[in-house]
Amino acid sequence: MDVFNAIIQTLDSTIRLSVPLLLACLAGLYSERAGIFDIGLEGKMLVGAFAGAAAASVFHSAFLGLGMAVVISVAFAMIHGFASITHRGNQIVSGVAINFIAAGSTIILGQAWFQQGGRTPALQPGERFEAITLPGAEAIRDVPIIGPIYAELLSGHSILVYLAFLMVPFTWWVLFRTRFGLRLRAVGENPAAVDTAGISVAWLRYRALICTGILTGIAGAYLSMVQNGGFVKDMTAGKGYIALAALIFAKWKPVNAMFACLLFGFLDAASIRLQGSPLPIIGKVPAQFMQALPYILTVILLAGFIGKAIPPRAGGVPYVKER
Amino acid sequence: MAQAAIELIGINKSFGAVRANRDINLEIGRGTIHGIVGENGAGKSTLMSILYGFYQADSGEIRVGGQPASIKTPNDAIALGIGMVHQHFMLVDNFTVLENVILGAESDALLKKSIAKARSELERLEREYGLEVDPDAIIEELPVGLQQRVEILKALYRGAEILILDEPTGVLTPAEADHLFRILRQLKDQGKTVVLITHKLREIMAITDTVSVMRQGTMVATRETRKTTVEELAELMVGRRVLLRVEKGEAEAGAVKLAVKNLTVRDTRGVTMVDDISFDIRAGEIVGIAGVAGNGQSELLEAISGIRRAVSGSVMLDGKPIDLTGAADPGELRDRGLAHVPEDRHHVGLVLAFEENENSILGYHDDPRYLKGPFLNIDAIRNDARDKIAKYDIRPADCRLKTANFSGGNQQKIVLAREMEQDPGVLIVGQPTRGVDVGAIEFIHKRLIAMRDQGKAVLVVSVELDEIRSLSDRILVMFAGRIVGERGSEATEGELGLLMAGIEHQEAAL
Repeated sequence: MDVFNAIIQTLDSTIRLSVPLLLACLAGLYSERAGIFDIGLEGKMLVGAFAGAAAASVFHSAFLGLGMAVVISVAFAMIHGFASITHRGNQIVSGVAINFIAAGSTIILGQAWFQQGGRTPALQPGERFEAITLPGAEAIRDVPIIGPIYAELLSGHSILVYLAFLMVPFTWWVLFRTRFGLRLRAVGENPAAVDTAGISVAWLRYRALICTGILTGIAGAYLSMVQNGGFVKDMTAGKGYIALAALIFAKWKPVNAMFACLLFGFLDAASIRLQGSPLPIIGKVPAQFMQALPYILTVILLAGFIGKAIPPRAGGVPYVKER
Repeated sequence: MAQAAIELIGINKSFGAVRANRDINLEIGRGTIHGIVGENGAGKSTLMSILYGFYQADSGEIRVGGQPASIKTPNDAIALGIGMVHQHFMLVDNFTVLENVILGAESDALLKKSIAKARSELERLEREYGLEVDPDAIIEELPVGLQQRVEILKALYRGAEILILDEPTGVLTPAEADHLFRILRQLKDQGKTVVLITHKLREIMAITDTVSVMRQGTMVATRETRKTTVEELAELMVGRRVLLRVEKGEAEAGAVKLAVKNLTVRDTRGVTMVDDISFDIRAGEIVGIAGVAGNGQSELLEAISGIRRAVSGSVMLDGKPIDLTGAADPGELRDRGLAHVPEDRHHVGLVLAFEENENSILGYHDDPRYLKGPFLNIDAIRNDARDKIAKYDIRPADCRLKTANFSGGNQQKIVLAREMEQDPGVLIVGQPTRGVDVGAIEFIHKRLIAMRDQGKAVLVVSVELDEIRSLSDRILVMFAGRIVGERGSEATEGELGLLMAGIEHQEAAL
């Protein structure tokens, strides 16, 4: 039973750890499917996390915090759009710039407003998103196998966790069952075809970036208002980049993206759990190695195990009407 | 003349200092097929882009069906019943036919209804015009002829009454082009108006009712097709008399310069593309290889020029073997006097982002003439480029200009000048005049024949049958990786056409 409990707990933290990845990964999916590479996922999550925690703490409302996280993150997405769609700038440069601005401005503003070394004040109950207990969870907790799975694994998460996983079928539906999705996929493959069909390429790409901004905002709010009780500097810690890796690994498909993010979340959870505890045969493994494992596996997986991942064909290329 | 479907009155359009269209007047009759011919850069595509709302005219008036029309975006054009089939297809390659057809013309925010509607509409169009395409096929898995059909379907699905086709046959095989023409006639019979932009005069003669000629941004003439001739149109296009078939004397074939024996080449997928081919080329003759594109000509050229490794077989250059099955080395072949003008000048022949003078020595950059110690001798390179520009009449005559800014014909002249001026013993040319204007074609053909008359061995591979017949002293026909026949220059088009289709070959095998 100990082993079973350990597995349940690891899977539980897998879910918690994969949520920000999943939201960021889906965010990247909207923009990359529309032909805009977005290396600035990291920065947008970071400003979302900061804006969310700051607003929640000032206004004493979790939902106002979430709203502010989304607004600021979308605003940053629009900066990316202004540089790379309207002015046809290099998308990588614009994305990197956004990451730098995010990293610097969150610390400066945090220090100026709260004087806690770049942190925001610890969030009080009501300012954070609390765990939700699913109906009947307590009643069946003692039923063997099913009980713990339902009560521990599925129940007891914040609303943002459920939202993140609902975004997967929703994104699939938007992309493959709606007019907007058809056009969005088309503009990432051949913007000239969209233009000659009488649709504005720029407006379509801006709308894709709005979707991206909303999702990175939620991802950021999750980090500072669910996983943590406030904003800490650089708290995204590379999750935006891991999300991009997951996106490639998922071949730009929503359901694959969920599995990719769960895998990366699991590696993270396993490395935390196994730190310091001796493994059979190998013996004690240094903690640093376990922490590096997800990254090592990412490189290995991306290098050879997924076959050819073909990105959207017009990705990274600003659209210029040709003569 | 029937009522006008489109009238263009006094259209002007400039791009910076370039006047692409000057004071254009044009009337296109309803229910006719109207051809517009002109050299590259004559302003045909610009004019049609204005009509389709891709660009705005600086001044002038457009009337559709007699009514003044304001066309600011492609949407306006579509609403007026104007559809366009672009030279480079505007299709999303990994979408299905249906998805491409409805893109931008969806009837509903959800796809389900749009797709169902498009499916039944496509069935109707298929019946009416003989435009058969599997609606669920993925575009990139379809041959280009069918992809083009999808473009036509897209326009018809949007209710096009006037269909503009920009250089539609450039990518098609002769059989596909014939099929396209049948479809266009069918459209005309149903009352649609077709505007055909091309620089191939034979197509104009074959299918159009009326033809307008453009030159340097102006509309120089409009003729009824049956009252004009290819010669007259060519003269109008270029502004001077053009020889469509170059004159040449008898070949004086000398010693064998290049001998190919039992050559077999596979492509990257491992499919045998060149199957046990043998032939010779002698000094002072032009050997032409005819065939429908994709029958192994490209791989043959690549193997002989050392770009692609051969599986087996031998090639002798001036009686000495070259190792094509081992590490092929185009540089070594160049040193031994084999020059190569590749089929695809954009990907293989030129670096488009380079200046003209840099491209004019590409591959010969380690020649001491262009070096000063370990450095490039910039002055020598530029002077050399200027000489070639003068000798080959490359325009604009600016060796510092980026190569991408030259027209297709002039780019081809840059490559030809580079290879021919090295004075090679053997010259291999793939598609010498693909995408090249009538005037430049004449020039290039004359140059190739001059090479022959200097006693060089020339191998020409072309999908243009006219070109092969006009240039070659001997014609080899390739089909499915084999040489299925050899004919003299007097061979008729019909005779070669049968060989190219593999028909004689199959009968012989029976």
